[in-house]
Amino acid sequence: MLFKHKKVVQELAQQLGSSVGTIEGRSLWQDAKRRFLRNKAAVASLFIIGLIVLFSIFGSQFAQYSYEEIDWFALSDPVELGRPSIETGHYFGTDKLGRDLYARTVQGSQISLMVGILSSVVAIVIGTLYGALSGFIGGRVDMVMMRIVEILSALPFMFMVIMLMVMFGRQIILIFIAIGAVSWLDMARIVRGQTLSIKNKEYIEAAHACGVSQWRIVVRHIVPNVMGIVLVYASLMIPGMIMFESFISFLGLGVQEPQTSWGALISEGVVTMEFALWQLAFPLSFLVVTLFCFNFVGDGLRDALDPKEH
Amino acid sequence: MNKVTHTKEKILTVRDLRVQFGIREEGAWPWQKPQALKAVDGIDLDIYEGETLGVVGESGCGKSTLARALIGMLPARTGSVVWMGKDLTKMGKKELRSKRQELQMIFQDPLASLNPRMNIGDIIAEPLTTFHPKLSGLEVKTQVQAMMKRVGLLPNLINRYPHEFSGGQCQRIGIARALILKPKLVICDEPVSALDVSIQAQVINLLKELQQEMGLALVFIAHDLSVVRHISDRVLVMYLGKAVELADAKALYTNPKHPYTKALMSAVPIPDPKIERNKKIQLLHGDLPSPINPPSGCVFRTRCPEVQAQCADKCPTLEPVNGDHHEVSCLLV
Amino acid sequence: MSLLRVDGLNVSFDTPDGQVTAVKNLSFALKPKETLGIVGESGSGKSQTAFALMGLLARNGRSSGSAKFNGLELIGMPEAELNKVRAEQVAMIFQDPMTSLNPYLKISQQLNEVLMHHKGLDKKSATAQSIRMLDAVKMPEAAKRMNMYPHEFSGGMRQRVMIAMALLCDPKLLIADEPTTALDVTVQAQIMTLLHELKQDFDTAIILITHDLGVVAGVCDNVMVMYAGQTMEYGTTEEIFYQPSHPYTGGLLESVPRLDTDSPVLATIPGNPPNLMQLPVGCPFQDRCGQALAECFTSMPDLVSFSNTRQRACHAIIASVGAQ
Repeated sequence: MLFKHKKVVQELAQQLGSSVGTIEGRSLWQDAKRRFLRNKAAVASLFIIGLIVLFSIFGSQFAQYSYEEIDWFALSDPVELGRPSIETGHYFGTDKLGRDLYARTVQGSQISLMVGILSSVVAIVIGTLYGALSGFIGGRVDMVMMRIVEILSALPFMFMVIMLMVMFGRQIILIFIAIGAVSWLDMARIVRGQTLSIKNKEYIEAAHACGVSQWRIVVRHIVPNVMGIVLVYASLMIPGMIMFESFISFLGLGVQEPQTSWGALISEGVVTMEFALWQLAFPLSFLVVTLFCFNFVGDGLRDALDPKEH
Repeated sequence: MNKVTHTKEKILTVRDLRVQFGIREEGAWPWQKPQALKAVDGIDLDIYEGETLGVVGESGCGKSTLARALIGMLPARTGSVVWMGKDLTKMGKKELRSKRQELQMIFQDPLASLNPRMNIGDIIAEPLTTFHPKLSGLEVKTQVQAMMKRVGLLPNLINRYPHEFSGGQCQRIGIARALILKPKLVICDEPVSALDVSIQAQVINLLKELQQEMGLALVFIAHDLSVVRHISDRVLVMYLGKAVELADAKALYTNPKHPYTKALMSAVPIPDPKIERNKKIQLLHGDLPSPINPPSGCVFRTRCPEVQAQCADKCPTLEPVNGDHHEVSCLLV
Repeated sequence: MSLLRVDGLNVSFDTPDGQVTAVKNLSFALKPKETLGIVGESGSGKSQTAFALMGLLARNGRSSGSAKFNGLELIGMPEAELNKVRAEQVAMIFQDPMTSLNPYLKISQQLNEVLMHHKGLDKKSATAQSIRMLDAVKMPEAAKRMNMYPHEFSGGMRQRVMIAMALLCDPKLLIADEPTTALDVTVQAQIMTLLHELKQDFDTAIILITHDLGVVAGVCDNVMVMYAGQTMEYGTTEEIFYQPSHPYTGGLLESVPRLDTDSPVLATIPGNPPNLMQLPVGCPFQDRCGQALAECFTSMPDLVSFSNTRQRACHAIIASVGAQ
């Protein structure tokens, strides 16, 4: 044969190769991470979100007042003495009740971010499992499960949350549950769609042929391949949650005083907008910047995880 | 080439296998019964230990459906598939799953058959960890690396991901995964169609070596007749869900009897200008009939160059001709 | 007088991981009515050559060099002029007829569009001409089928529609990019027979791009073998098949399984297809070649003519490459 001696050289190379240490692979997640890091807007947004999170955690260290302490002195002339200034220690000024806006903004960030992120987590977990199971099992079970989702979606969301608030009082846990409990529906639909398209791929058939159990196929093969779209949707869901919480707080149904959130602060700030603009400006800019950043991150994630690459 | 001796043990016996799909007609009401697409319409087959059975046919002939039905991955409408004495079509899900250790499959698209999010070590180990969950991590790794070496992959690539490999290497990974449990029968569904010519030869040679070494029986499905000739002991030709001819490979290729087989052979291009230019190709006219409404009698009669009146009335079955190693399904032979 | 003269054609793509050269320094000539087969495996650059000639490269593709069709320079021609050349002078048919035909339009509309746009015919004459062309490609019941949509045709029929569409304006050159790869073998035989007959009726030159050596053997006058974007060998079909002068061609011919022979073990070309992102210095075939010499690893061999009809790019001497 023409190529005999080549084979000998190859075998030698193989033997040498196996004595070298194992080469690490480059997973698709790593590829996606690389692409994401190249997107300057997304990375900058992630950085800013990081700063805001740090602000919400450690900001109170720098506050000279607590978020519920009333500064009677500033209250005597809220417009003049309540202005933001470094000397008085009210970095963001005071609100109309004389409480330090900086401390309240820190506290509001905590609540708003927690609500946004935690409700998203609830929605993701429930929605992903429900959607993946429904899509994977298929047939009549899938039909029934999806009809349930559709019926639930038809219920007036706002009305239900307000009812829950009225019935059970305005506890923070309830807000998480209420928001998360309604938003898992969209996630379930998206995950189900993605599951349906993955179900027909050859590697799922191969897993069946290898005798892998149904449950393991869902957990090992379907969920990891669905995570991409889940992440993208989640990052776009978080701002939605924050907005929603802000909205119910704006209506006066959100967190209870003296706790506050961006929405509640904005709601108060709107009233005094004409003469004490800072009371609106600070919480509003935090909200707007956070929403923008999450959207950029979501776009960046979607580009990084683009299925066209696979 | 291996000679088939029927003194070998019969491991798979298929009798009157029929697989149908329900096709909903456009605009039909949800309660209307769907039409039946007869993908596999009555196949009888015996597979012997250690032999390679090639299954050829064009698109729509049902060979991929047959492949999956043979190892119980598709439900059969009627008929029996008896593996080592037990009928796969009548088995429960759990028992069927346990049979996967003995019945394996290699797929057509090498990259698509591998989970892009798992590294190849995990992919190849999956059958092992599914059926032998008590094995230690080191044990599993040793076996996986041994298998990788056996199929021609460098063992130190065990942590790499499928998209980092070429098509031929991905197919080797697929082969390693299929063979790690040392099955007795492997269905190869067009395993080299998606590969470059120079790589096809490597993979075919590899399959033959492994078959000899491990005493595997292979069912090799392909549309490329030249490839099938090089790897098969016996060949089955299919058309529209029916078996048309079944013979030893040499007999089939040197002396095809069925008009369809003859047309198929004449159509295959041969990389030899003198032969190719002087060849008289038997062109088939018309299109493949619909498998929902196959023609009555012999399904090939609408395109057969030798068709006669009787072909519309009676449906032919595989009958031996020239001794019992060559069976043809034609009323005129 | 050449119909098409390609000189030093280069095609490269800008990717986020760097620049990839798909075709490097390609040169060949095509006479009128000649059928040239371009043979290669994945990564050989054969399809990209065709796309470059037709101005159909992807947005991140760049082509340079020269490709003169009847004296007209195709590389770098502005889109408006190129549109006149396409269909009227140079036509192309693609591998997957389903994606090359608009699924939303009846084929009558798609066929008529070509005639009405390029030849200025009115709808009635265009329809008549289209039906005549469908008859020429042996489409049964042509008039009736004009009113059908692409998905109502089988793969072979769709490819006939593509061929009809390509020949409507009587082009001098037809480029066929893997026209039968997606078709069954009996349908492939029909289409190749059709192309052979049409070649004689219409006097077109054909460039047939394929990886199937059997198809090339039947219908081509000359063959060009490509690997990793470069020409390895060029010659008449008989010469290439019976006396290959390049180790790659020889290896390819030996490793193709043939219907009429029966070898226990297939010869192989060891190694993997080329990685265009990391081509080695020297000849791209070096790591798979049984006859690699020291200079193969340092310099790329030039394409030299060694007879009236043949060219090869190889450092090894011809005698060392086995004959069929």
